[in-house]
Amino acid sequence: MGASHAVHVGPGSSETAVSIADDVRAGRRSAQAVLALHRTRIDTAEAEVHAFNLVLTDQAAEAAARVDETVASGRDPGPLAGVPIALKDNMCTRGLATTCSSRILEGWRPPYDATVVSRLAAAGAVIVGKTNLDEFAMGSSTENSAFGPTRNPHDLERVPGGSSGGSAAAVAAGFAAASLGSDTGGSIRQPASLCGLVGVKPTYGAVSRYGLIAFASSLDQIGPFAHTVEDAALVLEVIAGHDPMDSTSIESPAPSLVSAVQQGHADGVHGLRIGIVTELSGEGISADVLARVEVAANRLRDAGATVDHVSVPSTVLGLSAYYLIAPAEASSNLARFDGVRFGLRMVPEGSANVQDMMAATRAAGFGAEVKRRIMLGTYALSAGYYDAYYGQAQKVRTLIINDFQRAYQSFDVLLTPTSPTTAFAFGAKTADPMTMYINDVCTIPSNLSGDPAISVPCGVGDDGLPVGVQLLGPALSEALLFRCAAVIEKGN
Amino acid sequence: MSEPAARGLTRDDVVHVAKLARLALTDAEIDRYTADLAGILGHAEDVASLDTEGVEPTAHPLPLVNVFRADVVRPSLDREEVLACAPSSDQHQFRVPSILGIA
Amino acid sequence: MVIKAGWEIVIGLEVHAELATATKLFCGCANAFGSEPNTNVCPVCLGLPGSLPVLNEQAVEYAMRIGTALHCEIRRSVFSRKNYFYPDMPKDYQVTQYDLPINSDGYLDLPNGKRISIVRAHMEEDTGKSTHFGGTGRIQGSDGSLVDYNRSGVPLVEIVSGPDLTSADDAKAYVAEMRSILVATGGSDGKMEEGSMRVDANVSVRRPGQPLGTRCEIKNLNSLRSLVRAIDYEANRQIDMLEAGERVTQETRHWSEDDGRTSSMRSKEEAMDYRYFPEPDLVPLDPSPEWVARVAAGLPAMPHDRRRLLATATGWSADRSDSGMAPDNDAVLTVVEQDLDALVLAAVAAGADARRAVNRAANELTGSSRAALLDPGAFATVLRLEDDGRLTATQAKAVIGELLEHGGDPVAIAAAKGYEALDTSVLEGLVDELIAAHPAEFERLRGGDPKVGGFFVGAAMKRSGGKADGKAVTALLRSKAGLS
Repeated sequence: MGASHAVHVGPGSSETAVSIADDVRAGRRSAQAVLALHRTRIDTAEAEVHAFNLVLTDQAAEAAARVDETVASGRDPGPLAGVPIALKDNMCTRGLATTCSSRILEGWRPPYDATVVSRLAAAGAVIVGKTNLDEFAMGSSTENSAFGPTRNPHDLERVPGGSSGGSAAAVAAGFAAASLGSDTGGSIRQPASLCGLVGVKPTYGAVSRYGLIAFASSLDQIGPFAHTVEDAALVLEVIAGHDPMDSTSIESPAPSLVSAVQQGHADGVHGLRIGIVTELSGEGISADVLARVEVAANRLRDAGATVDHVSVPSTVLGLSAYYLIAPAEASSNLARFDGVRFGLRMVPEGSANVQDMMAATRAAGFGAEVKRRIMLGTYALSAGYYDAYYGQAQKVRTLIINDFQRAYQSFDVLLTPTSPTTAFAFGAKTADPMTMYINDVCTIPSNLSGDPAISVPCGVGDDGLPVGVQLLGPALSEALLFRCAAVIEKGN
Repeated sequence: MSEPAARGLTRDDVVHVAKLARLALTDAEIDRYTADLAGILGHAEDVASLDTEGVEPTAHPLPLVNVFRADVVRPSLDREEVLACAPSSDQHQFRVPSILGIA
Repeated sequence: MVIKAGWEIVIGLEVHAELATATKLFCGCANAFGSEPNTNVCPVCLGLPGSLPVLNEQAVEYAMRIGTALHCEIRRSVFSRKNYFYPDMPKDYQVTQYDLPINSDGYLDLPNGKRISIVRAHMEEDTGKSTHFGGTGRIQGSDGSLVDYNRSGVPLVEIVSGPDLTSADDAKAYVAEMRSILVATGGSDGKMEEGSMRVDANVSVRRPGQPLGTRCEIKNLNSLRSLVRAIDYEANRQIDMLEAGERVTQETRHWSEDDGRTSSMRSKEEAMDYRYFPEPDLVPLDPSPEWVARVAAGLPAMPHDRRRLLATATGWSADRSDSGMAPDNDAVLTVVEQDLDALVLAAVAAGADARRAVNRAANELTGSSRAALLDPGAFATVLRLEDDGRLTATQAKAVIGELLEHGGDPVAIAAAKGYEALDTSVLEGLVDELIAAHPAEFERLRGGDPKVGGFFVGAAMKRSGGKADGKAVTALLRSKAGLS
């Protein structure tokens, strides 16, 4: 661990969601006691970490009490009974501030819950807080939050990654047993890698986006952060499934992911064909990270898989395609923040018309990176440039999908690094936007293809900080990915 | 700015885009974004200049079609809760400064 | 208003029709007119962060019905976002169909026989409504606006015609016919006065044989009267400009019914750039051939076909162009427009004369909310009594009025009212008395003054207490005057 600057994480701080739920369901511990333990850690270390935009006290206490009553009355408290969970602050919670870490949503309290919030509550989870993020999920370090950055619990001088940095830090610091993030170009997997956690970007459509404040609608997916592959599987089973409120939600029955993990732990991955993606495992990736990918490959090989290299050539175009498609969709998704119906309103001095009010509100309410992407996306969609930029990017998306499909004819699962480096220092990559964007090079392709991906911890780098490796599979192959991830985790 | 503009991106383009995007940017921001956009679009030349003859665009990763909802009324929100979020309201409506025509 | 000689008008119309669904296009809020402000709203139609649209299947069904009635091709379609900022559009983009509309390439036949092409009839969501307060009370110069989102997200079909209309009258006929078709499909109630049908007109002028001129889009046409006045005004405005050597600027113009003129709506330096792209929150719409066929099979007869049916029954041709019987054709138009054709045909089947049935229905039954309840057999009986000369026209109308009010047996109603047409000898005596009493008027009649006929008929009615048959009186007078 990153030595002196790390948050002191006490005994039991990495206890699993599975063990908490088992204990609470069996009546061995109360949900309220579990909550109290996590609250103590929050009280001790949150000031240093700044994982949360909002810590929920009364609501969490009520939820925990309800779980305990349910257990006492002999009814089923749900698979996540008493498990403290943190939510990225871009998921709507009824009556509770939901900010996207932006000034523009100042004062807004959604009149409804996101579908994932309802599902967590129905499963007995206790929501402990809303976590910090890069404003509107645009960033890879959580430095773009209007409320200040989140610090990496493994080294407080370093970023937790982003954009779901608060959700990653909350779990890494023991403030919650698991958390939810959203992943548009790697925003779950990269911070999971930098904070030593398991992070999952499910198949597009597997988890409802209803109530997730959109960044780029055709790329966004909600997924879990957890200490273990099994915990991530448990949380994903709860939040996945068809939602009639989301037209892009798929009908897939969530297969038993927990049992896939147990299968991986017990039986390994005999006969599976693993491909290391050549284009994502060379230039631009630091040597200590590549070394951990080799370690992961060896663990899979030792557990019965065959491992080879595979070329997925158009993935090299993913970064550019992503930075045209995502800002284009964002420029439209973020239009509604106009000062008319909710949130911030700024009326410029000496002007009384609605157009100036909107422009002043948006100028004051959005941070620099959000404005940059709105500008970029607006330009990419504008008359005369659509075909060259947005149109071309959509065609590259097709090429990437085709390349992956070709790879999956010969391989069951693909292996890559998650992030090119371990956690970096604050300010290290803020001067030039491209420097930050390149962080997402390995994670972006699966957002473009819609396929699932997992980042799983695989030891530490030369600096002693966590390194994650990424497993990719075809649509709805989550069970397979969890099985492989369990094998890699077992070697830790 | 001195940065070679991607596909002729000019400061005037950035001013126009800011207007389309309803962002009241400062002169310094216009300069900054002219440079940033040129840099990012320069990087995106690999995509912009690619030969994609015969490739269909993908708008969406899902192959779904015809997702529907039944035409059944569901409860609407409580009006007071809705208007409580509004920066300004009057007579149960959202109040805005004067509109200068559509644009 | 008259268009100057040597110029042609070219008009294309965009008709926005609200669909008659129970709920909005993308959410379960009620699609209702006249509710208290902001009571039919939810996260989706308020465009709240995190909300997502889900398409109303019934709206698709209605759009397909309308497309089928307009002879369109129904194809795979995709929703797009049309991006522009406006306070009554909650997401600051409108979900609409752009390059792939559900309905395209159809046509509408005007009652006068002209065929107008339909370029497309696509689905989209409506905006909220703003009212402007302070200042002049109009958009420009007001102190502010109040926004009600009840209408936000109401399903619309926008029907775009080709630039095939060449006069304000044809434009009016097109809109009237469109309205009848929309109502017949059940897809829309077509109420212009409630704004559930709205029309924008693209108007340009040119010299005959020249290419199309620059067009202006006229908005705020809230009635057929506005449509006609605005088109004529705008065409003349453009002609005046061109004759003065000026150029017409392509722009959107606002019609003021009070001022009787159009005025420019948008500042010119701000070019619109809607940045359309496929709506990623929705999936494509791809109706199966079976669904398309089911919609076509379920469609009731359209006004044009219904008029033809009546025309066949009466022996009149269906449309003015090949009829030459314009007055009667108006009756056919009215009967179909008022949905009285089924009643008329049932009365004909029950033995009524078809022409008399059409005329009586057009004149006596329109505007009555009870016409739908009228028993076709009773209606036929009245018409037969009239045909047989047992009821005068006036008496027949009174019996029909009574039937509409209270129903009952026409023969009994006529008897109760003491109606029996005067027999010829009594009538002749009455006419002789009148001639004797008004010699000067009779001389004028003899001299060919047709107005005097009405005087005698009126006097005969008065003397007989309404029992005299006006036609018979006229015939007797003419015979006595030696005119026939």
